[in-house]
Amino acid sequence: MRTAGPVIRRRNDEANGALIGYLPVGFPTLDESVEAAVALVENGVDVLELGLPYSDPVMDGPVIQAATQQALANGFRLTHGFEAVRRITERTDAPVLIMTYWNPVVQYGVDRFADDLAAAGGAGLITPDLIPDEAGEWIAAAERTGLDRVFLAAPTSSDARIRRAVDASRGFVYAVSTMGITGARTDVDQAARQLVARLSDAGAPASCVGLGISTAAQVAEVLEYADGAIVGSALVNALATGGVPAAGALAAELARGTRRE
Amino acid sequence: MALRAQTGPYFGDFGGRFVPESLIAALDELGEAYDLAKLDPGFGAELAELGRSYTGRPSIITEVPRFAAHAGGARVILKREDLNHTGSHKINNVLGQALLTKRIGKTRVIAETGAGQHGVATATAAALFGLDCVIYMGEVDTERQALNVARMRLLGAEVVAVKAGSRTLKDAINEAMRDWVTNVATTNYIFGTVAGPHPFPEMVRDFQKIIGEEARQQVLDLTGALPTAVAACVGGGSNAIGIFHAFLDDTDVALYGFEAGGEGVDTERHAATITRGRPGVLHGARSYLLQDDDGQTIESHSISAGLDYPGVGPEHSWLSAIGRATYRPVTDAAAMNALRLLTRTEGIIPAIESAHALAGTLELGRELGPDATILVNLSGRGDKDMDTAATYFELYDQENPK
Repeated sequence: MRTAGPVIRRRNDEANGALIGYLPVGFPTLDESVEAAVALVENGVDVLELGLPYSDPVMDGPVIQAATQQALANGFRLTHGFEAVRRITERTDAPVLIMTYWNPVVQYGVDRFADDLAAAGGAGLITPDLIPDEAGEWIAAAERTGLDRVFLAAPTSSDARIRRAVDASRGFVYAVSTMGITGARTDVDQAARQLVARLSDAGAPASCVGLGISTAAQVAEVLEYADGAIVGSALVNALATGGVPAAGALAAELARGTRRE
Repeated sequence: MALRAQTGPYFGDFGGRFVPESLIAALDELGEAYDLAKLDPGFGAELAELGRSYTGRPSIITEVPRFAAHAGGARVILKREDLNHTGSHKINNVLGQALLTKRIGKTRVIAETGAGQHGVATATAAALFGLDCVIYMGEVDTERQALNVARMRLLGAEVVAVKAGSRTLKDAINEAMRDWVTNVATTNYIFGTVAGPHPFPEMVRDFQKIIGEEARQQVLDLTGALPTAVAACVGGGSNAIGIFHAFLDDTDVALYGFEAGGEGVDTERHAATITRGRPGVLHGARSYLLQDDDGQTIESHSISAGLDYPGVGPEHSWLSAIGRATYRPVTDAAAMNALRLLTRTEGIIPAIESAHALAGTLELGRELGPDATILVNLSGRGDKDMDTAATYFELYDQENPK
């Protein structure tokens, strides 16, 4: 099974760390979202995070909201998520994680979802509105199937909750860089540096920082202390405005931030 | 265990905290502050005094025989939450949460609102306590409840019209949660109903349960017995849980929640969450939910903005699952007819939300017969609904539409 941990470790050995790119499935169309994801990998993205469009995305800012709303209006179905994973993993070597709000997984059936994701070649799940406390069924399903399970840690998380996120996660822990929602920001918070240090103290094998990262300089800055940098809204915006070539070009630019000087 | 003793985070299989990790510290802080406040007689006394001297508690009960003549002859008694300051039960909860906001040292409050009643109540409490206040309201609702938007602005609140998704209450909640995740250091989220993540369902219920506690004694004093049935409308469910709670362990008292049946539960345009939904996760809790096969939330519909919500509080889902309370749909048309009937027979104009409970009571009274006594929560007054009612009943002069 192609999981995220080994790739993140390898990229920290041979470069400053891993670049993780987010795109929603079905935006602007299913085919174009697959092409865009492949283009990201061909241009230096190491791990893919595919978002499943959802009607009530409380962690997402305006760029991703608009994209996922369009995907839903175009008829997105959960099965398109598995199809996208299959088509991307057939054409690239990158691990592909699904980012999904929790209700769609519950309705599909947690075990069935895990089985179908594993069968499609997926690496695991990032669950922005599922805390480890509520995740018993998913943790068991991930254990059974070998899928990564990526939980979030926030600057406001207590030490006990940091430990809980580290213990529950496989692959990496998603360190929320700043208090807020997705979207490009001028400054990636200093809070991220402290959070990654706390995750490291708690024994996290890998911490990747997300929210607000949109430039190669920010990727480089984050990779000074973190194992991976996650870019979402900036890539979605590039795809929305310039299509697959623009998304690929931005990925190539962002990947410069992973290189050792 | 007594049903009344049930606390969060879980009510049977329902409830929990399905939220981003970024909010957990704030929910913990709020929950801990609430647990301490519950034990502090000073907090209870301050809240009770606000209830007495600001809200106008206890609210009275009114027996309505001319209305009851249309309900199979059963006795019908209204609990008059419509007479509260700001015009609905929402103020009970808001004053409690605003006091908590002061205790945890935050200076800014945010809230979602559908009909605008919770927004008005929150803006009122913010004015009273000197807090900054931002109200999130779906754009569709700002249009159909323009009067309440003006009230909130007059009270000093900023009203944000939410243009995302279906542009109604559920999207206003999403946007308020996004604000809270971003501004949690300074901001408390005053949630308006018994839904959402723990501790909201338990805390909001506790601030609303005074409705039933007062009404139970008032009905005993008036009739010498407990009512046969208690009726309330259910959107998120705060007024219903507020009047139900005191009766949960009175097993002879039947509890009825009336959901918004919209254009009919066999159409796609309704908000009858328990009647037609199935369990799922929305806005931080596991509860009944209107959703498609993929778990995408389905847009609800009701003529009443306050009931136009595709979810419902987890305690209601639990009370339904264990058979303690019964939930039935009431159509837009039945609610509007009940609104007019109460107005014409008793001179009381109810909110369209509360009119759903009245319509349900008309049917219930015919089933229970003349020996029954039905206690109805008249959760709000109809002033805010005059434009909707005037349009519905064609009350505007044709030459001069408004």
